[in-house]
Amino acid sequence: MAYVAIADRDHEQHLHDPQTFIEKYIWSQDHKVIAIQYGVTAIFVGVIAMILSVMMRLQLGFPDSFSLINPENYYQFVTMHGMIMVIYLLTALFLGGFGNYLIPLMCGSRDMVFPFMNMLSYWVYLLSVIILLVSLFVPGGATGAGWTLYPPQAISDGTPGESLGIVLMLASLGVFIIAFTMGGLNYVTTVLQARCRGMTLMRMPLSVWGIFVATILGLLAFPALLVSAIMMLLDKLAHTSFFMPAMISAGEQLEHTGGSPILFQHLFWFFGHPEVYIVALPAFGIVSDVLATHARKNIFGYRMMVWAILAIGGLSFIVWAHHMYVSGMNPYFGFFFATTTLIIAVPTALKVYNWVLTLWQGNIHLRVPMLFAIGFIFTFIHGGLTGIFLGNVVIDLPLSDTYFVVAHFHMVMGVSPVLVVFAAIYHWYPKMTGRMFNETLGKWHFWMTLLGTYSIYLPMHYLGFQGVPRRYFAMGNTDFLPESAQALNASITISAIFVALTQLIFFYNMITSLRNGKKADSNPWGATTLEWQTPDTPPKHGNWGHDLPEVHRWAYDYSVPGQEQDFVPQNVPASEVPVGRDHGVHH
Amino acid sequence: MSEAAMTNTGGVLPGGLGGVTSDFSADKQSFHVPWGKAMMWIFLLSDTFIFSCFLISYMTVRMSTADPWPLPSEVFALSFGGDPIPLILIAIMTFVLITSSGTMALAVNMGYRKDRNKTFWLMVATAALGATFVGMQAFEWTKLIVDEGVRPWGNPMGAAQFGSSFFMITGFHGMHVSAGVIYLLWVAFRVKNGFYEKRGGNYEIVEIAGLYWHFVDLVWVFIFAFFYLW
Repeated sequence: MAYVAIADRDHEQHLHDPQTFIEKYIWSQDHKVIAIQYGVTAIFVGVIAMILSVMMRLQLGFPDSFSLINPENYYQFVTMHGMIMVIYLLTALFLGGFGNYLIPLMCGSRDMVFPFMNMLSYWVYLLSVIILLVSLFVPGGATGAGWTLYPPQAISDGTPGESLGIVLMLASLGVFIIAFTMGGLNYVTTVLQARCRGMTLMRMPLSVWGIFVATILGLLAFPALLVSAIMMLLDKLAHTSFFMPAMISAGEQLEHTGGSPILFQHLFWFFGHPEVYIVALPAFGIVSDVLATHARKNIFGYRMMVWAILAIGGLSFIVWAHHMYVSGMNPYFGFFFATTTLIIAVPTALKVYNWVLTLWQGNIHLRVPMLFAIGFIFTFIHGGLTGIFLGNVVIDLPLSDTYFVVAHFHMVMGVSPVLVVFAAIYHWYPKMTGRMFNETLGKWHFWMTLLGTYSIYLPMHYLGFQGVPRRYFAMGNTDFLPESAQALNASITISAIFVALTQLIFFYNMITSLRNGKKADSNPWGATTLEWQTPDTPPKHGNWGHDLPEVHRWAYDYSVPGQEQDFVPQNVPASEVPVGRDHGVHH
Repeated sequence: MSEAAMTNTGGVLPGGLGGVTSDFSADKQSFHVPWGKAMMWIFLLSDTFIFSCFLISYMTVRMSTADPWPLPSEVFALSFGGDPIPLILIAIMTFVLITSSGTMALAVNMGYRKDRNKTFWLMVATAALGATFVGMQAFEWTKLIVDEGVRPWGNPMGAAQFGSSFFMITGFHGMHVSAGVIYLLWVAFRVKNGFYEKRGGNYEIVEIAGLYWHFVDLVWVFIFAFFYLW
């Protein structure tokens, strides 16, 4: 096995040498600056999405009390909230934000392999965000087709924003996919080709594994969304009939004929289901590292955690039609997709067991990142269990399009990844800024957010069993619903406003700590991974000073018996650690 | 595995599948190729999914439409004074594009031999053949639109989806060829003016451009088979 020096091959990596403020912080090719640009932009649109959700809840909790919310606006809020949260916030934040920040630092590289393209990725992403936000203000407003944009209604009369809104939405998605591809190619190639000496794949921290596999999923799943966006744009602008069957609208025969609306659903969910794991896998990885660090214990079953990430990634491509049980499908297909869906529960449950077993008898420090990570385990088990209900065809049919589904996916891919986002921000804040945040405010933020979100989503399961349909502006005459359903809706709305306001604590803490926070050590949590071993905090351009680090062990040497410290960083050679185990590749 | 086996200082490798895994995941580049080449392969994998989605969607709408599908061999026939010859233009276009793959392969070879002049001219020839292909495609589009009355939203011969799929798929592929022509010319001129000499005389970029070009060719073979021959 011939050794090939990797990241220190000068002729491959030409780091630019920024001098001016603009080169350093605006048109920056430094992965850390790009990561923060991605993160701040994503959180900015995320706040907009949160405000939109509060507007929806106001209507649902107190129907017709607010004159500025009419049915059209309501559907636009629903659509934009969903689309922003899934794509422009979570995908961009986990991959463009944390992926950019953590991959080179955790792999011991100086930067991404192609920094210029990485920079371009952010600016194209910003363009897609601008197009998205412009669509809110065009005549007719943003599209109100629901985040799934199902045709024929997405581009037909009667749907809000069917003229300009939907066109801008699809264009924005296309631009986003270009941005993602430029970034994603960088992340995958950096992990595969530019690790430092000693960093084998099986020594990589699970954060990198999660982001790496999620990026591969993105590179293979976003093409389906791109193709469906192009075809729907053609249906809208060139009057083709890819997705549009012959229809009669308001007594008139439309010009379309012979298209297949179901085709769109297949394309959309071939993207849409892997998208769930594009959001979930980085969260899985990051939470593993946060749990191990703050429990001062090695992650339980590291190798199985890696294989579970790979298995989930592979399986995520053959389950998409479980979103389409009520669309009309051959029962044998339903059987196939229900089976594959339930099989995914096996590697996922394995991961959950391993997180819990990592905590078992650990030396748990209940710092803010750890609280959010433990909160994630609760919400993820919760959302995962309801997923087993919905994965079965016969149980899904009555629950489909009710608030049970809303509760399920908000627990599993809304609340859970967002809790990990908070865990990650608190965990890496000292490294990113060189300052500590306010611990007390962080704990208030955690408890109010966790209890608040539970009081939002737990009652929604009950509403779903009652048969309350989702995406309805108003209930109208629904005799099957008890009076208490409305009381519950009002309580959910109050909780939602409470959780939204709670986030002000987070923003206050993050912003004031930039200036007033205590100066952070280079490794305040006593973590083993490479990003905590940089010569400077925050790390300078090029990350490692003159010499690249060399890795001698896996990322989880916590509480090794016989050591003075309860952690051994990855770059400490075996010769400096007289006692203890060698955690290279196990066989 | 011991510390020693992780580096080049020796050690015993496990055999069989375990050996494959540990070799692949060792602390070296997972693929022994330059970064740019690895990235191009990954991009092409992603692009494969784009074209697969296009082709599968085309097959789906071809099945979902109620109107008869026009016969490609009649639509794409040209007559030179006598009887119409089916698919003659497409056959020539395919021949041109496959030939360009040949000149590209020669260019890659000459690049590794550091014969800058021959590399330059072979790449220019490849780009010229690619431009010829796009030109013939423009002729084909003009003929369909002007003479046959085919539009994205309908045509006199049958199912509207025929024109929709045709313009979408060949248009997307034509954009790939056009982008490839520009890319090839850009690299060719950099080969010519000695840009890569200053970077240690490394001409792997020619092969990376070639990968893209061969991919675009390969995609055309599938479009030819599934759209024109079916």
